[in-house]
Formats: sequence, structure tokens, C-alpha cells
Amino acid sequence: MSDNKKTPANPLKSGPNRRAVLAGGAALTASLFTPKFLRAQDFPTAAVNTTGLAVTDDTVTIGILHSITGTMAISETGSVQAEKLAIEQINAQGGILGRKIEFIQEDGASDWPTFAEKARKLLVNDKVASVMGCWTSASRKAVLPVFEQNNGMLYYPTFYEGLEQSPNVIYTGQEATQQIIAGLDWVNRTKGAKSFYLLGSDYIWPRTSNKIARKHIENFMEGCEVVGEEYYPLGHTQFNSVINKIRLKKPDVIYAIVVGGSNVAFYKQLKAAGIDMTKEAPLLLTISVTEDEIRGIGGENIEGAYACMKYFQSLKNENNRAFVAAFKEMWGDDMVIGDVTQAAYLGPWLWKAAVEKAGSFDVDKVREASPGIELPTAPEGYVKIHENHHLWSKTRVGRAQADGQYEVVYETEDLVEPNPFPEGYQ
Amino acid sequence: MFSGYSMSELGAIFAMQGFAGLILFSVFVLMALGLAIIFGQMGVINMAHGEFMILGAYVTYMVSHVFQTWLPGLFGLYFFVAMILAFIAAGLLGMAVEWAMIRHLYKRPLDTLLATWGLSLILQQIYRSVFGAREVGVTIPDWMMGSLPLTDLIEIPINGIFVMVLTVAISAAVYVMMFRSRWGQQVRAINQNRVMAGAVGIDTERTDRLTFGIGCGVAGVAGAAFTMIGSTGPTSGQLYIVDTFLVVVFGGAASLLGTIASAFTISQAQSIMEFFLSGSMAKVLTLLAVVGILMLRPQGLFALKLRK
Repeated sequence: MSDNKKTPANPLKSGPNRRAVLAGGAALTASLFTPKFLRAQDFPTAAVNTTGLAVTDDTVTIGILHSITGTMAISETGSVQAEKLAIEQINAQGGILGRKIEFIQEDGASDWPTFAEKARKLLVNDKVASVMGCWTSASRKAVLPVFEQNNGMLYYPTFYEGLEQSPNVIYTGQEATQQIIAGLDWVNRTKGAKSFYLLGSDYIWPRTSNKIARKHIENFMEGCEVVGEEYYPLGHTQFNSVINKIRLKKPDVIYAIVVGGSNVAFYKQLKAAGIDMTKEAPLLLTISVTEDEIRGIGGENIEGAYACMKYFQSLKNENNRAFVAAFKEMWGDDMVIGDVTQAAYLGPWLWKAAVEKAGSFDVDKVREASPGIELPTAPEGYVKIHENHHLWSKTRVGRAQADGQYEVVYETEDLVEPNPFPEGYQ
Repeated sequence: MFSGYSMSELGAIFAMQGFAGLILFSVFVLMALGLAIIFGQMGVINMAHGEFMILGAYVTYMVSHVFQTWLPGLFGLYFFVAMILAFIAAGLLGMAVEWAMIRHLYKRPLDTLLATWGLSLILQQIYRSVFGAREVGVTIPDWMMGSLPLTDLIEIPINGIFVMVLTVAISAAVYVMMFRSRWGQQVRAINQNRVMAGAVGIDTERTDRLTFGIGCGVAGVAGAAFTMIGSTGPTSGQLYIVDTFLVVVFGGAASLLGTIASAFTISQAQSIMEFFLSGSMAKVLTLLAVVGILMLRPQGLFALKLRK
């Protein structure tokens, strides 16, 4: 699985016409002229669906399972929008194996038992062929037994702490080592950073991520040290004390993994305390602030901070230009697209590619076909599914601008291999 | 922890840390004052307090947009207009809620807990439907951001000073209204004996409605001020509700002075411990101490002396 060169598009995938489709009204024209237009009658339902999934002669039903009410609605709304866009685009191209995708959307309501209950409903009652869903690790952990028991397939979009690999999940976001190591190396190499202050909200993702960061800084980066590590309860809104501690320690880098409402409070107070991030003394590097979060924080409050993730809305490639245009056309001009939103967009496309490679909707066959699936049309650029169900992807560093967008300042040369169980980091 | 620092550096850090404690104190007082009026004086457990605050924050958000679009020249001053409108909006909503819901529950104080909790969920969903599920960014005028360099080493956040001044002003106003005005006298009379107060001719219904409205209005102003230091989203109110009740209960529910004293104790304890320990541990120790003290003194720090 070390072959990460770009390969030409699989002809089964949409090929040259995808951009025309994305451009909007040209959908019909595009499907008429698509050379490899798959027709449902070539794939009889009895053959492509041997396990009783919700597949008919002209439709296939999948599930969307996110929180549209409750605390997490803030974050998960973007994912739902991206998934619906992908489904619409796939349908405009003629669907999957000649079948239109229909979806059943359930609301996890930011409540983990509700997630499990709704997942069971989707798999057992609705017999959906796959599910795009979940956002927090807690919700994923809650639905995991349901998916494994009922042999469902979940496409999970969020960057997360790793330490998991289920046959019933495809992880379309980055796991922790992919996201963390490249950024730390970059800040050390180009900015000469030697001392780091680790800060996070107090739950599993920031703690695991900071553990990986600390191991990397102490064991693999010469002459570098961690001068402080701190966690604050979720929803904490007063950061003046820790800001004073940071002043006292004078680190080169503040490594921040603060999430949710705390995020807004942290950056506003950092700015109010006179720490100007554009001066880079100290420099701020985060892995938890996407364009979505900046809307709440305010671009002027985070200008100059660096973020390390795999996707930024400002990426300059053809795929991304088309994706951003289509997203805004569907959901409004004032929308912003963060890392997770893009990863959620990949879900339906990766599933489509796997189904077409397998020639079947059966979950077992889709799983078998998944490793090695390539998606050269991804907005982030080329991605490929690893045998461990995570994606090979590039890692990028962006610098926050006052207008709420990131300017990409660095990108890894090669795709970074996903390694959910990193040795030497646990 | 302090080796390798010069005395002046340490002095500067401690000065700034002391100031951080004072800011936290102001924030606690500001968010607890409205609840102290409603819970302390009326005995209504208002679980929707945080949502009234966020209403104030959303009003600020809308006013900032109005000024940006129509009056860009006066943008630096919009915050004062926003605070007044936040008071009015939250106050009116509070009076409507009192009329529709709370007044039927005065004889069943525990039921107000469930009713107002339901109200908080309804308000959250309304905010989500109207303003969207995502947090909104409130642009703060430039002069209110940034810090004031007192010396080379000591920098004081301007929004912290702003919150402190606002807290003093509102506390003074509430004190005057409560203890120097006729309305305050009536509120205290009703608090002590509702039936008797009615019998001597106090319009208890009107006073209750006004009290609840003022309590909610103060919450609205607090919410407007917190757009400077926190987030504005449908569920942001939840971030404040626990600390708010903690401050009011610890201080002694019926005493405004108790609320201020308890805000001071909790904020100083928390900010000092945050400096020497990790953030989560500071919170744990603060809560433990509060639980311990409330076990020894269930009525809170300050209690009204009443003949039972």
C-alpha cells in the first residue's frame, strides 16, 4: 500500500463530465453524454442485493445520521449539507449502478444513546445500504456495536484520535498522527520552534492528540520540549489564568485543541490580553479550528494563527473550485466549508466507487472492495482508502486571515499514511 | 515553577493574575445578578436564565449588523445601544413568560424548575431556527478589543475593564432599586409574606411581573456584555447556567450581598487554583469546597434573619 502516485481516473467514475455537472443546470446534458452510463437493467436487483437491503430496480436507500438539534448541531450541519450535495450530484450523473440514491435522515440530537437507537432503526427497519454519519467520537463509539452486530457500513467524516479500526466503518477524516506530526515538524523546521505549550478541552480527542504530540516532540524532535500541558472542562469560558501561565512560560508555540463554545472564548480573550498572533510570538498552532469555527470566533480574533488539517476551503485546484461553487449554489453564498464538511462530502463518493468496483450493494462485498479505492476527484485532491479503512491524504498548514479563510502555507509532498495504532506514541 | 524569573517579571504576572481574578469576579456577578433577583427574591428556579442571556447576545449581534449597514460612522458606539435594547428585549420576554407561565406556578416552586427548563429548550430551538445552528460572530468595536499596557510587562485587557465597570454600575442600580425604591420595598414585602403583602394593598401580580422582567433584563445585559468574551450560539447559555446557580446558592439565595460575596470567593479561589494547578483540577477543587461549605452551612454564606 505504498503506491501513492496519482493514477488516472477509473472510467467507471464520472470522468470528464463531473465538472459540467457541478456547474449546475448542466446535469441532464452531462448524463446524456456520459460515455459509461450504467443502466439498472444491466445489474438485476437480485444479483446486486443478496442480503435484503433497501435496493429496488431504480433506487437505493442510504441513511444520514447527524445531530440537527442540540449542542452538536453547530458542527454537524455542514456535514449533512455536504452529504446531501454529494448525493444530488451522484444522482444527476445517473446514480449508482443505474439506481438513484434516496436517503432517510435521522437526528441524533447530540445525545449518544439516541444515535445508537437511530442507527438501529436505520439498519434494522429501513435496511439502508450504508450510513453517512456521526461527528463526535462519543457518538461513533455509541453506534459502533450496532453497526458491527447488524453488519452495516458507516462513513465517518471527523478527524479523530485514532485507536480504532472497525470492519464496519470507513474513516474519511484524518486520524491523529496524520494531522499532528506533519504540523509539528513543519513548525520546527520553518519557524525554529523549540518549546511547546499544549492546551486542550478535557476529553478523549484533545488528550490523545496531545499525548501523540508530546511523544513526538520529546522523542523525535531534537532539542524540543513541552513546557506545559493543560486541560479545561468542555464549555469553559474563562481563559485569563492560562493566558498568564503561557506568558510566564514563554513558549515558542501554543498548541491549542480547544473545542466548541470554549474556542470562541479562548481566542477572544487571547486577543484581548494583547497576544497578537500575527506577530508569532508565541505562534499559535491548532488542529481544532476549521473555517466553520472561525465564523463564531470572528476572523479578526484569530488572524495569524496556524491550523493543521487536510483541507481548507481556499485550496486552489479544479476539484475544489467546482466543489466550493456547487456547495454555495446549493446552500447559499455565505456558507463556509471546513475540513470535516469536505470529508463528509467524500463519503457518498467513496461508497459509490466501492459499490461499482464490487458490482454489488452487499456490505461484505463493498467492504472487500474498499481498500485501494481511489478518488482523484476529491476536493482535497487525490485520496485512497488504506487497508485499515482510513484514507491516505495530504496534510496541510493554513494561516488564518481576517476574512475567515485560511491561506495554505505548506502541504506535505506525499500522501500521509494513516496509522490509527501508532507504535511509540501510546 | 518560578525559578529563572526576575522579581519584576513575577510581580507583573501576579498583578495580571490578580486582575484576571477580578475579571472573573465581575463576570460571575454580572451573570448571577439577574438570577439573584428572580431566584432570591421570588423563589423561582429559572433554568432558562442562560437563554435570556443569549437573547441579549443575539440582540447585540443584530444591532451590530444594523450599525454596520446603516450607521458605519457610529459603529464604535453601537455596544451601548445594544445593551439597552438587550435589556428591553429580555425584559419584555421575561414579563411575557411570567404572564403566560410562571404566575400559575408560584405556589409550586419546584414545578418552575421543570417548566423553565422546558422553556430553555424551546428558546434554544427558536434561536436555532431563526439564527441557524452555527455560532454567530459578533464584531466588537476596535476600541474595546486589545489591551492596555500599564507597564512594559503588565497588560490589562480592555474588555475586562469594561465588564468590571458595567458590573459596578448594574450592581449599584440593582441595589438602589432594591433597597431605596418603593418597588424594592414591595418586592421584599412579597418575598417575606405574599398573602399579607396583598392584604395591605400591594399589587402583587404587577410587582411579580416587573421583578421577573427586570431580572431577565439584567440577564440580557449580561449576555450582551459576554459577546466580548464568549460565544454566541443557540446553546451558549448552557455554558453559564451551572456557574450562575452555584454563585447564587452559595451566597445565600435571598441576599444580594451574599451573591456578591460568593462570586468573589469562588472567582478568587478558582483563578488562583487555575494558576497553580491544571484547569480541570481547579474546577473540581472549587466545586468540592463549595459542596463542603454548603454541607456545613446549607443556607449559604449570607442568610436573611427571619423569625420562623
